[in-house]
Amino acid sequence: MLETLQNLSLGFSVALSPPVLLYAVVGCIIGTLVGVLPGVGPLAGISLLLPATFGLNATTAIVLLAGIYYGAMYGGSTTSILMRIPGEAASVMTCIDGYAMTRKGRAGAALAIAAIGSYIAGTVSVVGLMFLAPPLASFALRFGPPEMFALMLLGLLVLAYMSGGSMAKSLAMAALGLLFGMIGIDPMTGFFRFHYGLVELGDGIGVVPVAVGLFGLSEILLTAGQATPPEVLKPKLRELLPSRQEWRDSVWPIGRGTVLGFLIGIIPGSAHIISSFVSYAVERRLSRHPERFGQGAVEGVAGPESANNSATSGAFVPMLALGVPSGPIPAVMMAAMMIHGISPGPLLITQQPELFWGFIASMYVGNVVLLILNLPMVGVFVNLLRIPYPILYPAILVFCVLGVYAVNGSVVDVWLMAVMGALGYLLRKFDFETAPVVLGLVLAPMLEMSFRQSLAMSSGNYAIFVNRPIAATMLLVGLGLLLLSLRPILTRGMDWRRRLGHEANPGLEEGNP
Amino acid sequence: MVTVDRVGGTALVLLALGVAWEAQKLPVGTPHNPGPGFLPLLLAIALGVFGTVVVAFGGNSEPLSSLGWGEGRHAIAILGACAFAAMALERFGYRLTILLILVVLFGVVERKRPLPVAVLSLALSLGSFYLFYNLLRVQLPRGPFGF
Repeated sequence: MLETLQNLSLGFSVALSPPVLLYAVVGCIIGTLVGVLPGVGPLAGISLLLPATFGLNATTAIVLLAGIYYGAMYGGSTTSILMRIPGEAASVMTCIDGYAMTRKGRAGAALAIAAIGSYIAGTVSVVGLMFLAPPLASFALRFGPPEMFALMLLGLLVLAYMSGGSMAKSLAMAALGLLFGMIGIDPMTGFFRFHYGLVELGDGIGVVPVAVGLFGLSEILLTAGQATPPEVLKPKLRELLPSRQEWRDSVWPIGRGTVLGFLIGIIPGSAHIISSFVSYAVERRLSRHPERFGQGAVEGVAGPESANNSATSGAFVPMLALGVPSGPIPAVMMAAMMIHGISPGPLLITQQPELFWGFIASMYVGNVVLLILNLPMVGVFVNLLRIPYPILYPAILVFCVLGVYAVNGSVVDVWLMAVMGALGYLLRKFDFETAPVVLGLVLAPMLEMSFRQSLAMSSGNYAIFVNRPIAATMLLVGLGLLLLSLRPILTRGMDWRRRLGHEANPGLEEGNP
Repeated sequence: MVTVDRVGGTALVLLALGVAWEAQKLPVGTPHNPGPGFLPLLLAIALGVFGTVVVAFGGNSEPLSSLGWGEGRHAIAILGACAFAAMALERFGYRLTILLILVVLFGVVERKRPLPVAVLSLALSLGSFYLFYNLLRVQLPRGPFGF
């Protein structure tokens, strides 16, 4: 403990040195901008700016890139809350209740809770990163393909079970998302599936055009032509702050989101995305008023936002402690370190203590910088709502097109966004949730790969999924959820969702779309 | 009665049949040694099953006639703008394409006055280009004469 604190003080002496501090601030500002703009997510932002770090020393380069990473996670919530456009896939769940809060005139509160939740989660998870990195990283290494398959299946089942509408509809949407994820080159055999002559589909369908189409564009399609356009909101200063009740409602979701996000973040995969889905589902299940979800429940913002920021720190655990990147973003960060002649891994802490502890301390500093940057900006961002919708939506559409095109520089993505926008419009008209489609798409490649790898490991024996304790436990929980969802049919009783009045109120937005 | 859920569920079943038809053209393999078509086929079956459940329990949902399509004209115009963007971005360049889209949306669809249309369209198309292309170094297509 004492040694850790000594090391941390060494880290702060590095992080608070003027050049490192400057790059942390610059990284946070760029990251926030990158997160606010739809389409240009943290991966694109880091990749684009990687060459700019070549002239820097290793510590400032990593601090700058890390600042972009968690700045983007902060910034991604802004467009989700104000315009229902996820800045990146991890902000999808924030769209649901964040945007509903905006429509109720609570945009300022939602943005403030998101910023504070992100700050708390970011800071607490760095403590976790400091103390728990080595043991947690070795636990995460026990996740082989069967455990990964079970985890992803469980994630889909949890989301479907916790959703407001019928579980069959949610599972159908998850299956649809998984099917979208099957498009492209099969990673195990190289077979090109469902391409219909479009070579651009080789890498599969991108998450950004699908998320922007299903959420952002479908919202514009549903809202722009309404007989009475959305009211122009003129928030007052006191309305920018969360009420006492909103603070109370957010405390536990922030705490749970932090722990959940950190633990999920360690596991390889698109952890920060999955963590926000799982956190939303957990908050809905634990809430005494789940019927409020989808209609502007502050817990639906606090939990996922905390979780995705906490997962950001969690993702650094296997990268720093073991030299194993847990996703594409840590992989790019690792590449940046290697360019500077540093090999992340167990020896990093002992051989490069200034870099390791300087990086850890800069995360504390970065979180404070982000809070200072974001809270005063709440008022600025909320003023966007003063713009009448007939003027606002063409501008949003421009950013949708631009953001989607910018990811790969491909017009195929713009076509995909248009198709997904039309699909999202119809799905929401017909009362289907769109969030499981996005989760299915994100998980599909990993799910398929782990499924087939597991069978390859066991020579085609499905017992591998039940013989391994972690995988078996997760599958058992998933089966339990399925049985629980069948209980109302078997007992001819009423579904808890029905009791809570969802079916009686079909107008509920995303909560029961 | 034709209800929203029954129509939605039927659409899912039809989609599942289409996907299953396409998936069986791929090497499916066996359950013990799945090929690239195995999981798509399995998912198509799952989609069909869930769609059938939605149809079966969809009798109590809202009638199809209750769905309003008042925003349809706007929706088609906006989707048309997206399609135009996809077709024109790399031919006319970013600035010209976005300028045209905004002029149509502000001027024709929303019937705003010419001066605000011109100011907003120019400011948004040129401003967003400057922000992304010049400041963020995002590669955006240029059209004829480098515009």
